[in-house]
Amino acid sequence: MRYLLRRAGFYLIALWAAVTFNFIIPRLMPGDPLQNYIAKLQNQGLTQATIAALRKEFGADPSVPLWHQYLDYLNALLHGQLGTSTSEFPTPVAQILAQSLPWTICLVGIAVLLSFIIGTLLGVLFAWRRGSWYDTTLPPALTFLSAIPYFWMALALLYVFGMMLSWFPTSDAYDLSSFPNGPEWSLDFILSMVQHAALPVITLIIGSLAQWVLTMRNAMVTTLSEDYLLMAQAKGLPALRVVFAYAARNAILPSITSFSISLGLVVSGSLLTEIVFNYPGIGYHLFRGASESDYALVEGGFLVVALTVLAANFLAELVYSVLDPRIRHGRA
Amino acid sequence: MQVTNLGESPVDTAALIEQADQRHRGPFLNALRLLYRNPKIAAGLGILLLFVLMALAAPLLTPYPPDGPQSQVAHGAQPPSREHILGTTSLGQDMFSQIAYGARVSLLIGFVAATGSTLLQVIFGLSSAYFGGLIDEVLSLLINVVLVLPGLPLAIVLASLANASGVGKNEFVIAMVLLFTSWAYGARVLRSQTLSLKEREFVTAARSMGEMTWRMIFLEILPNEIALVASTYVGTFVYALGAEVALEFLGLGDVSHASWGSILFWAQLNGALITGQWWLFVPAGVCVALVCGALTLVNFGIDELANPSLRQAMPRKLRKLLKTRAVVA
Repeated sequence: MRYLLRRAGFYLIALWAAVTFNFIIPRLMPGDPLQNYIAKLQNQGLTQATIAALRKEFGADPSVPLWHQYLDYLNALLHGQLGTSTSEFPTPVAQILAQSLPWTICLVGIAVLLSFIIGTLLGVLFAWRRGSWYDTTLPPALTFLSAIPYFWMALALLYVFGMMLSWFPTSDAYDLSSFPNGPEWSLDFILSMVQHAALPVITLIIGSLAQWVLTMRNAMVTTLSEDYLLMAQAKGLPALRVVFAYAARNAILPSITSFSISLGLVVSGSLLTEIVFNYPGIGYHLFRGASESDYALVEGGFLVVALTVLAANFLAELVYSVLDPRIRHGRA
Repeated sequence: MQVTNLGESPVDTAALIEQADQRHRGPFLNALRLLYRNPKIAAGLGILLLFVLMALAAPLLTPYPPDGPQSQVAHGAQPPSREHILGTTSLGQDMFSQIAYGARVSLLIGFVAATGSTLLQVIFGLSSAYFGGLIDEVLSLLINVVLVLPGLPLAIVLASLANASGVGKNEFVIAMVLLFTSWAYGARVLRSQTLSLKEREFVTAARSMGEMTWRMIFLEILPNEIALVASTYVGTFVYALGAEVALEFLGLGDVSHASWGSILFWAQLNGALITGQWWLFVPAGVCVALVCGALTLVNFGIDELANPSLRQAMPRKLRKLLKTRAVVA
């Protein structure tokens, strides 16, 4: 319990750091980006009143002391106000992000889960059959695949399977023409969703598979040389039981430890993949925000992604403490 | 490499024999021998060297300027032909010369970001572990917080803010952004290694001889984890190169200059996919993948050097040699 409280404290600090970072960085940049940004809006023909409101919203009113701006900022965040998007003008950023977050979570969640399961099983297999032809050829091949940038892999898959072969749709999260009223609960809709998510998910799986395979394989190779495994085999236990209940169970811990790092990478990859597939997730909106210098959208997007990643990591640590009793009892 | 428990396993004996053999060779031959014994490092470094040479010799390899005024009449993007082996962009720029000159930008940004990031990693990781106590608490909190925040969104925020602030879109900004978002993982790895190293006898001995702190850290501890530093350096390079290409693909870099990322940016902008102009995006992607793959291969090689249990079965020749020597002994 004390362990969990300490970890929760850590994640709160990390969240605070992300928020404060978001507040400080624009104010540290040379040449006052807020000023430039507002000047740009003036050129776009917004009224003085709107600009004054925007300025207040950013807390960039020079007459207000910095600490007060900070408190205002925190207060606005606590009320879920992330500012107004300028690329989709009157829509609040929070609303855009709330609509797009589920798509990203779906995409990343499914991809991470599938890739973890497939990769770990492959790692177990490669370690168990160490030195076989697939153990010597597949890991390097997978590593090469994972060295390809996510978004380029997405471009290539989109080109071959979307454009040339037309097996998969090339944009959006569901068929907009069949479902003009937005998402609904029907078999057709879910099928359409699966069809649209298939290529992005495959991209993410290919990109992240190698890491799980290699971590699991290397941990398994070490574990398999332990005496208790020889003992288990000598007792005549079935091979499957030895591999999964005796070896894999212990060898999986490093994979779960590296979960947080790889999650960050997959989220980054998914943001880029969404852009290529025009998938209406956070990444797509981050990209639009960045290319149209929609500040509030970019910053809000970062905060939401950071919050989600932190929450997912905390969940992973909960799982870890269930799997490894040493952690629960504070002896690690 | 030290040989600790002599003759316990054939691997140690091999190392011993190798050491004895090495006495008669110079450092250059030893390096060659290392490459011969470790084909992964050799292949990886070889591919990397090819790309570095291509970047340096770009003016010799192609007569066309990468992004200057178009020497050819702009007929839109043209598929690969005898004059333009990788085709041309929609502005009539030669794709091969864009790739060759772009390699300079992309590799340089990756190099600067990875080098700076490794310096930060060494400073943060080693001082955090060496000093311990409150300094360690604060520094490792910082490391873990940066580590857990998603890197690419952070980099997007930083780069787009820098653009908005009038710093302008340039390579330096991208390199700095990558430097500050990529150091945490390596710092954590180095910290945990240093924690175990600083309890060893040679460190205690050096301390009792009254060596200065910076000498302890940089001349006693650091040389003993140089393999780890090398492998995190290579890993950071891979990350930085991929992220750099991604940021430029998003249009956050200087898109008027040819680089592997900006080639992809223009390809995406001009709808190269829809129009089926594969030569606009395939070469740049293949280059990134080859360089990153080569570096990952180098990292595998370093891993195998540092952790013999990961090595594949010994080459047959060596095993035979060992057997005969064992019989003689």
